[in-house]
Amino acid sequence: MSGMNPTNIAEMAGQRWVGKVRVRLDAARSRCELECENGALVDVCAWLNKERNYSYAGLIVEENPSQWELRHVFYGTRPAGWVHLLAHQPLDRSTFPSISSQVHAADWHEREAEDLFGLSFEGHPRLGDFVLHNDRWQENLGPMRRHFDGSKPVTRREPDLNWQPRRIVEAPGAFLMPIGPKFSGVTESVHFLLESVGEEVIRAIPRLFYKYRAVEKMAEGRSVNDALLLAERFAASTAFAHALAFCQAVEDISGIEVPARARALRVLLAELERLRHHAGAIQEICESTALVVANNQAAMLEEELLRLSGAFMGHRYLFGLAVPGGLSRTFEDAACREAVQQAQSILKRLDQLEKMLTTSSSFLDRLEEVGIISEQDAHNYGLVGPVARASGVTRDLRKAQPDSGYDAFAFDVAREQEGDGYARLRVLFAEARQSVRLMEQTVAALPIGPVLAANVKIKAGAALGWVEAPRGATFHWLRIDDTGRVARYRVITPSFANWHGFHLAVEKFAFQDFPIILATFDLSVAENDR
Amino acid sequence: MSQWVRKGLATGIKTTRYPACEEKAPGVSPGLPVGGEYPEAQARSLVDLCPTGALTLADHQVVVDYRRCVHCFRCRYDATAPIRWQEGYEWAAASTDGRHPTRPLDRPFEHSIHILVVDAGDCGACLNEVRQLNNPYYNMHRLGFFITPTPREADVLLVVGPVTDHMRVPLQKAYDAMPTPKRVIAVGACALSGSVFGPSFVCGSGVRDLLPVDVEVPGQPPPPLAILHGLLVAVGRRPSASLVSPANSLNAEAAKAL
Repeated sequence: MSGMNPTNIAEMAGQRWVGKVRVRLDAARSRCELECENGALVDVCAWLNKERNYSYAGLIVEENPSQWELRHVFYGTRPAGWVHLLAHQPLDRSTFPSISSQVHAADWHEREAEDLFGLSFEGHPRLGDFVLHNDRWQENLGPMRRHFDGSKPVTRREPDLNWQPRRIVEAPGAFLMPIGPKFSGVTESVHFLLESVGEEVIRAIPRLFYKYRAVEKMAEGRSVNDALLLAERFAASTAFAHALAFCQAVEDISGIEVPARARALRVLLAELERLRHHAGAIQEICESTALVVANNQAAMLEEELLRLSGAFMGHRYLFGLAVPGGLSRTFEDAACREAVQQAQSILKRLDQLEKMLTTSSSFLDRLEEVGIISEQDAHNYGLVGPVARASGVTRDLRKAQPDSGYDAFAFDVAREQEGDGYARLRVLFAEARQSVRLMEQTVAALPIGPVLAANVKIKAGAALGWVEAPRGATFHWLRIDDTGRVARYRVITPSFANWHGFHLAVEKFAFQDFPIILATFDLSVAENDR
Repeated sequence: MSQWVRKGLATGIKTTRYPACEEKAPGVSPGLPVGGEYPEAQARSLVDLCPTGALTLADHQVVVDYRRCVHCFRCRYDATAPIRWQEGYEWAAASTDGRHPTRPLDRPFEHSIHILVVDAGDCGACLNEVRQLNNPYYNMHRLGFFITPTPREADVLLVVGPVTDHMRVPLQKAYDAMPTPKRVIAVGACALSGSVFGPSFVCGSGVRDLLPVDVEVPGQPPPPLAILHGLLVAVGRRPSASLVSPANSLNAEAAKAL
């Protein structure tokens, strides 16, 4: 929508909901905060998401000493900026209106907040048994509450070995096929409930959070440097992106200016990670279709990119590089150029692989018109990343809100329309090419100078850091208290958004398509479970 | 389809010659810090930089407990005088836990073991490194190692992750369902010590809380060759390494007990 910016959003909202919305503008951050009365919250959310084309980033709950603060974050394409919708309630009143009937992307955010904070969302159709599984945890534990001590074990229910999931499909011959949490060869732990009356999957319900490590809770009370370790390690297949989002939040709070060389090198590292991740995702798709040679070719490219990261950057998953204020170490210009040259030659072979795959009809038969997500569904569910771009939803934070140095470089956002497995594969290939293009530009004109801001001093405050991670938009909300420790850390990950919409891709397709759809959806369980 | 056959043949053999020869390709391993004698002031600053307690001071020596090292590189990049660093990847150690002395699997298994991989809360990196063992560069099939999806035919249980609460029951069930003789390999700092995640209300401090561990592979994540070394240690085809540096440190046992 042209002409949208935080200023006129604030004006319009103020006029439309007179007395019900209080407005606070933060021009420097291109952000407006709308403090809504509970009665107006749902309407304002619906207006932003449906009429003003703002995407839903997520829900941030904070327990302040005297009241609850709910923060629904929306973002648009620059100059549309950021809109934060705030709702408050005294601590003894824990019911908020549910916005998920209007903004379906908020569905899982509200379920999570109910499970972990003990909040209630009026009008939400399905609360309970989400993060903490009911067969294991007692009700009303509220582990994210301030008074809950996360460092000690808690008494739990004895595991109910006869636990049965709720079934929805009722028809003659209907059955439920459970898969996981341990299934297949080397896979992440997740449980699927597939309901069917025969060949076709009618309902697919992923049961997640087997890997819940309570990263947000564990970060509380830690120093920024210690919390950074968590940010980097909770989903380490895209470690650099998450560490970067965390660091950007710290830098925003503390007013740290990142030196130009560090900004350029951060883009280089982020794109190297994207390229490596996409090669891995392509390999998984080849593996799911049992195309052995293609699988091995892609696997070799992934390993070569891991070695490239290890040889030039010191760690195969780029650990220990991003720090608040820049990077922990510098890289010589010559080494960067050499690394990019190697990436270019790997990309050439990736392009060859694409050509061969797109002429292999047995391979395409398994991907084409399978696992379709429509553009409307992708928007409603707030899908992000390559999955959304394969369905025509192209909002990419590198272009929409280029805060990490991307505005200095030219690249194209991949876009496909069909929304099937093949479209998702093509987006992965296209993005890999753009990543190398970006890497080439960063080394062509690397600024000279330090890579770490002088005098990094952590201040108190709160801010949002965001990055277009390889799997899509990720948001890290950080609040630092007066002692320099983390008071609240909220991680909103692309896999959390995309797992929510995953069932759409599986339903109406046959059982044998399931592993292929799963592979093309490029989901990380660790990133979702946190 | 013939294009794939031609492509496969044209690619040739890429596989490492490890364990027959050392693998020297750059980037196969991030390396590990080395303990030992350091000047007093440097030793203190290194120990202070370590966020997980992997570095300790004992008898004027820096002792590194690899179970706790999370590859944050702070003792390397942030230190004015960095710690010594070793390349290499043969990091796996047979358990020396008094309760559970480890014996390698017997002869019939030496050249054929089936591995059940269970993700008990892994971040994705260790698991991805395990996946790499099947790529042409490592190709663990040549050594007689196979991934199996079922515990019924598994000889080795390979566990990654700090063991989250929700995964305790599936992990225990998988172990119980395996026929004897069986061995457990814990892979990665999380599986050895809980790393930055545990212990907490929702996370343990590694596999040892729940199961007897036979081989431990440190690193975050351990590179594929280190995991391969762990498998070779489990069948007695390679010697075990030390989880503490320096290995002969008098305080090695004390550091382990930390």
